[in-house]
Amino acid sequence: MPKSVKVKRGLSLNLKGEAEKILVDAPKSKIYTIKPPNFHSIVPKMVVKEGAKLKAGDELFFSKYSDKTRFVSPVSGTLKEIVRGAKRRVLELRIEADASIDYKDFGVMDPLSASKEEVKERVFSTGLGTFIQQRPYDILANAEDTPKSIFVSTHNTAPLGASFEFVLKAKMKHFQTGLNVLSQLTEGKVYVGVDAESASELKSVENVEVVNINGPHPAGLVGTMIHEIEPINQGERVWTVRAEDVAIIGEQFTTGKFNAERIVAVAGNAAEERKYFKTLIGAEVKTLLSGQNPAGCRLISGDVLTGAKVEEEGYIDYYANELTIIPEGNHYRMFGWLPFKDNNIHSMSKTSLSWLFPKRKYDVDTNLNGEERALVVTGEMEEVMPLDIYPMQLIKACMAGDIEKMENLGIYEVAPEDFALIDYTNTSKIEAQEIIRQGLDLMITEVG
Amino acid sequence: MSFIRKKLDEIKKPFEPGNKLEKYRPAINALDTFLFVPNHTTQKGAHIRDAVDLKRTMITVVLALIPALIFGMWNTGHQHFMQLGEEVGFMEAFIHGAWKIVPMIVVSYAVGLGIEFIYAIKRGHEVNEGYLVTGLLIPMIMPVDIPLWMVALSVIFAVLIGKEAFGGTGMNILNPALTARAFAFFAYPTYMSGNEVWVSEAGAVDKISGETILGKLAAGTEVPFESIHMFTGVIPGSIAETSTLCILAGALLLMLTKVADWRIIVSGFIGAALMGLLLNALPSLGVEGNDLTNFAWYNHLIVGGLAFGIVFMATDPVSAAQTLKGKWIYGLLIGLLAIMIRTLNPAYPEGIMLSILLMNVFAPTIDHYVVEGNVKKRKKRLQAKTVKTA
Repeated sequence: MPKSVKVKRGLSLNLKGEAEKILVDAPKSKIYTIKPPNFHSIVPKMVVKEGAKLKAGDELFFSKYSDKTRFVSPVSGTLKEIVRGAKRRVLELRIEADASIDYKDFGVMDPLSASKEEVKERVFSTGLGTFIQQRPYDILANAEDTPKSIFVSTHNTAPLGASFEFVLKAKMKHFQTGLNVLSQLTEGKVYVGVDAESASELKSVENVEVVNINGPHPAGLVGTMIHEIEPINQGERVWTVRAEDVAIIGEQFTTGKFNAERIVAVAGNAAEERKYFKTLIGAEVKTLLSGQNPAGCRLISGDVLTGAKVEEEGYIDYYANELTIIPEGNHYRMFGWLPFKDNNIHSMSKTSLSWLFPKRKYDVDTNLNGEERALVVTGEMEEVMPLDIYPMQLIKACMAGDIEKMENLGIYEVAPEDFALIDYTNTSKIEAQEIIRQGLDLMITEVG
Repeated sequence: MSFIRKKLDEIKKPFEPGNKLEKYRPAINALDTFLFVPNHTTQKGAHIRDAVDLKRTMITVVLALIPALIFGMWNTGHQHFMQLGEEVGFMEAFIHGAWKIVPMIVVSYAVGLGIEFIYAIKRGHEVNEGYLVTGLLIPMIMPVDIPLWMVALSVIFAVLIGKEAFGGTGMNILNPALTARAFAFFAYPTYMSGNEVWVSEAGAVDKISGETILGKLAAGTEVPFESIHMFTGVIPGSIAETSTLCILAGALLLMLTKVADWRIIVSGFIGAALMGLLLNALPSLGVEGNDLTNFAWYNHLIVGGLAFGIVFMATDPVSAAQTLKGKWIYGLLIGLLAIMIRTLNPAYPEGIMLSILLMNVFAPTIDHYVVEGNVKKRKKRLQAKTVKTA
């Protein structure tokens, strides 16, 4: 009997602009960029200098506080520019790509016959450790730790989220190898979440425990799965890996090459060409726009709930496998606050009539639909929080910086993305994800 | 629309940051956001947001109050002319009531919003919409003949001491509207209880009794009303609390829109009914009750401010319990205590005000124990783990 996760409290947003399941090659990007801020709390110590010649897989930098985790180049070419911000903080490493990619050869390794130590050493020293996140704190995994279990979710329930089933279709062999690698990194189990309702071959992966996932978003988030299966206690470490990255890990073990291939779903009601584009990590955003002029639109590297705003001249984030394009909402709505008015805007609240049309797909924009206010309404956060956690109390504890309370209320079990729906639904327009991130950062400095 | 928008943008110019009126931005913004949902876009966190905002939530409560308010205006006139022995039509009665009540509402909003604006400017935050509801509630729960300056003083007390002293909207412990009423009740008891305050200009007529039903029961005089009167509300009382029917119409809107938590409303009535049943059973237990304890339990639910209090005041999310389980306990206790105070303490013919204020104070404690349950579960899990590994 396979394990299953059933979520009742949540919200699957039905938005217009889903990406069609057609895979095309994106035009080649001239520059690929690694953004160290994508790796939360990592301070890069550069290994190479501007002008250095790189192969795909060559080391770029390592973390100032842990030299075990190495960060490598996704393409071969020349390190053209290191963009620095305030206090010389490294913001971007821009690599001008060669015409064809030249890979560094790491050699072939069978993860199941190699020893655990060898596998771990290889993962972290060749740049694959950058794909492994740790809970608590939602930061990069520490190579010194051995996690009690590892979680992978292949069921993307986020609004307009890319389908991992589609993305992984041609990479199933590498995906399985990647899972074999992960199974060597933990004393416990590797759990792979799959959509309970699909009959995909993802369900027949081996050496792992398959978990059937049911219900609305955030059912597909690893945080939900961890909470249901092996909730994190104080002092424990759990790792999570994104599904497509598992395949990258597997491929590197099978072929010896670091193939940073990324299939990016271009979606959103303002996107003109909504397809899946094959490109590489850190590609230029404009190569995915198919010539579209995105004026008046918000470009989001990631999904609408958790992604980051990028510019047309910017680059796709390290982990993003979506580029969502929605209109900016900088317009006024006269008397828009009247109840039961403007029902074309989705609302979870019954003060709008949008709940009468559950099948309807909604147009969205970036309007805040109100202004930030004091926390007044209670009970609404719980409706989109499937974890056994009191969201409002935890948010308030984070705002107050009360460490003991945060611990008691379950800060170790959550990541900002678990609170993304609260960002979306809450009446007072408070930024729950940001507050949780600050709370986690406080825990890192105070507790570690 | 774009004309008004342009005009507004023009008016707002001197208030932009860097200009001399910058400090007063919250005031002009309050006006602007009343007309338009602003053009603000998401800057961090989720890029899309739900259509709901606090203004919409609060206006829904105001809408829910309208039936009771209109009925209250009519009933004020109706009770007045009935005392005089005059037969008048709906409009005449309504207009009489409106002349009494609209000035109270104007005073309440002017004074309360004035303070809110001053604090918003002082603290540099936007004006919160909570007072839209509080400002309407305060006149609705006062006796009709209360002087306007008392309304103003009560409002000042409620907003300053009840709310701003604790940090403003969202931080207050007590329901501000009830704080206002409690202030008036204890500061000016002769205007807030007795038999001359409940019907407008009652003192002008000789030998009349404008006593409320609960007052009559406490005094041991005969009650000349049937249950149907109590339910529809054609009885003397505070302005808008008499009609259980209109209150239930509001409750329906609040529960369907989920603006008020149905758990509090349902458990509040259950609590009141339970206490009523218990008191009704006293004679069969060999205890001789009085008129109040023997008053049928279902009548207890429809007289006095109980229904109004449970539907509109107990459900105030800021001062109520915040956890789901907590809300059940909180509502139940409010109902129980309201009937208990009402029947067992002759000094207070109505208990809902005190029972809600009391439970407001205890709501954080209730929540604490509910949340503590969750914390204990987590600690137990950790303990089980350490025992296993040790």
